[in-house]
Amino acid sequence: MNIVALFKLVPDLVEELEIDGNGTALNMDFLRLIINEFDDHAIEQAILLKERGGAQVSILGPDIEGVEDVLYTAASKGADRLIKLTGDFQGKANNHAMARAVTSALKELQPDLILTGVQANTDLDGSLGPLLAEYLDMPYVGYVSGVKVADGKVITRKEYPGGLVAEMEIKLPAVLGIQAAEQPPRYIAVAKVRQAMKTATIEVRTLAESDLSGGSTIRRMFKPEAGTRAEMIEGSAEEVTTRLLDIFKEIGVL
Amino acid sequence: MPQMTDESVRAGSTREDDISFYEKVLAAAPNGEQLRLCLECGNCSGICPFGYLMTYPPSRLIAMLRADRFNKVLETDTVWMCVSCYACTAVCPSKIPLTFGLMTSVKEELLLAGNVPAELQTALANSQRYGNPQGESPRKRADWANGIQPEVKIMGKVKQPVDVLWFVGDYPSYHPRVQSTTKALAKVLNALGVDFGILGPDESSDGDSQRLAGERGLFEMLAEKNGKVFSKYQFNRIITTDPHAYNAIKNEYPRLGISYPVQHFTEYLVEHLEQLTPLLKHEVKAKVTYHDPCYLGRANGIFDQPRALLEAIPGVELVEMAHNHANSLCCGGGGGGMWLDGFQWEKAHVRMSDWRVREAVTSGASILAVACPYETPRFEDAVKSLNGSGPLIVKDIAELLAESLG
Ligand code: SF4
Ligand code: SF4
Repeated sequence: MNIVALFKLVPDLVEELEIDGNGTALNMDFLRLIINEFDDHAIEQAILLKERGGAQVSILGPDIEGVEDVLYTAASKGADRLIKLTGDFQGKANNHAMARAVTSALKELQPDLILTGVQANTDLDGSLGPLLAEYLDMPYVGYVSGVKVADGKVITRKEYPGGLVAEMEIKLPAVLGIQAAEQPPRYIAVAKVRQAMKTATIEVRTLAESDLSGGSTIRRMFKPEAGTRAEMIEGSAEEVTTRLLDIFKEIGVL
Repeated sequence: MPQMTDESVRAGSTREDDISFYEKVLAAAPNGEQLRLCLECGNCSGICPFGYLMTYPPSRLIAMLRADRFNKVLETDTVWMCVSCYACTAVCPSKIPLTFGLMTSVKEELLLAGNVPAELQTALANSQRYGNPQGESPRKRADWANGIQPEVKIMGKVKQPVDVLWFVGDYPSYHPRVQSTTKALAKVLNALGVDFGILGPDESSDGDSQRLAGERGLFEMLAEKNGKVFSKYQFNRIITTDPHAYNAIKNEYPRLGISYPVQHFTEYLVEHLEQLTPLLKHEVKAKVTYHDPCYLGRANGIFDQPRALLEAIPGVELVEMAHNHANSLCCGGGGGGMWLDGFQWEKAHVRMSDWRVREAVTSGASILAVACPYETPRFEDAVKSLNGSGPLIVKDIAELLAESLG
């Protein structure tokens, strides 16, 4: 069984976000990139499947800051092939372009199962999984939180709002959008990652020119703006409570 | 019966990986080879605060190692009850480095085998990525100092030599409760006119608790980062807020080639007591008891300096708890304990900090004075949750000094 896990790197929200001078993008000067949390779960799920039933696991990610850390960590978890994709991932790159561009690299790996995070905080034009499934002509199930493999098929656990869970059987090859791996992504000791850096090799694939069509264009990016109907009460606790009491009296609830 | 030689202890473990584990324990700490001299007296397991909950407390661990059954240990998780309090090491008649050598090496094996409680994994992953176990923004490491006058010098900004480099530490930098200790210490240093600077965003976790939780590689990574930063700046000595940072920089960093004179702030302030005493004008009229932090007291022999500072505060009457000096009880935060509260609660249904707070109440003190940033929040939580400990106030020595400065 060939499993491919595809990941994106997204801004690490440990820092407060700022908008850049043009007002259409984030100021990336001080932001670090981090693996999209759901993609981290997709990698964990791939490793769990390998541990359970044997598989060849390939991990693919864009060649930008932080990619090697993610790949070597995945190798220490048990991934077999590490591939970084060179291409245009900065600036206007969108999920449509990314999905189209990785299609040939993915086909070459002849995957039975493609796992990717169900969403990312940089998804502006839909999430990656369904787009990949469309360009590869494979079925897709998203919001998956459990995967079992049985004779050329997988049975997925898909979560619905309101606490409903469905088990779905899907023919392979297929694309799954992982919401949560069956166990949280494991911690890998630094010594093990350092060892992987010495022994594992990272392959490189160059992606085709990006075709941005289908994506969205950002006209204006801005922080939430205070509406005019809300009155922000400022001052000391005492001043605030006094003003609150007045308001309650004004509107007749006191 | 074969004669008991070094070889036979070692040969007790015939499996390859047991031998390498044995070697690891030997190499992990100075005097590691003392392990061969275990008398199986059981003192270590008896004094261990959570020994009664461990499947293999220290003496049994050694027995398992000798009996070639170390693989059994790897199947258990109760070694994670060890809070690296150093009590076992302090009482061992054969002077075996149990805490640094044995317990830490076992945790390391468990960690490499992936047998790690989830809470601890989060703290380790945060330390790896952000340089602090809480997962806070490294850019905000010096935010606690905003508004302090005279302004706290951040080495990367002022680009000038200082006399004292203050290694602030993780909890003193970010924890909202502990930040008040940090500000208090800044006030004391300013009152003394000390020429000091901090590293701010350049500072990473000292890594000592991560090391004692078995993540040696992470410790080395953090130490190397700090070592590089130290070498960029000019200063005469380092002082630390945190006894764990003090322990790391004093005893562990030199083994990685990073050597600087370092003092815990209580040591440093006692050296300046003549200057400090006349400034302590305001009375703190209270019975005060002092909790010896494991990594200041037992591990590094600093018992008198913190007490001397407390006694210099007018109005303070110092009383001792039943367990004091080398016999002090651990607050439960060391060796990864800070990040294992849920795991340990599930096994113990009691917190070490509860025991300690009860002792403080019994001593008749109204203030429990501490000198380690793990302790204020831990003891305050215990005070909140224990009936009858209501009026007890927990304060860092730096806070009491700052109060007395007025
Ligand atoms: S206290 Fe020392 S000598 Fe006694 S059992 Fe423990 S390790 Fe062995
Ligand atoms: S260091 Fe403390 S908690 Fe750990 S085994 Fe020794 S006595 Fe027990």
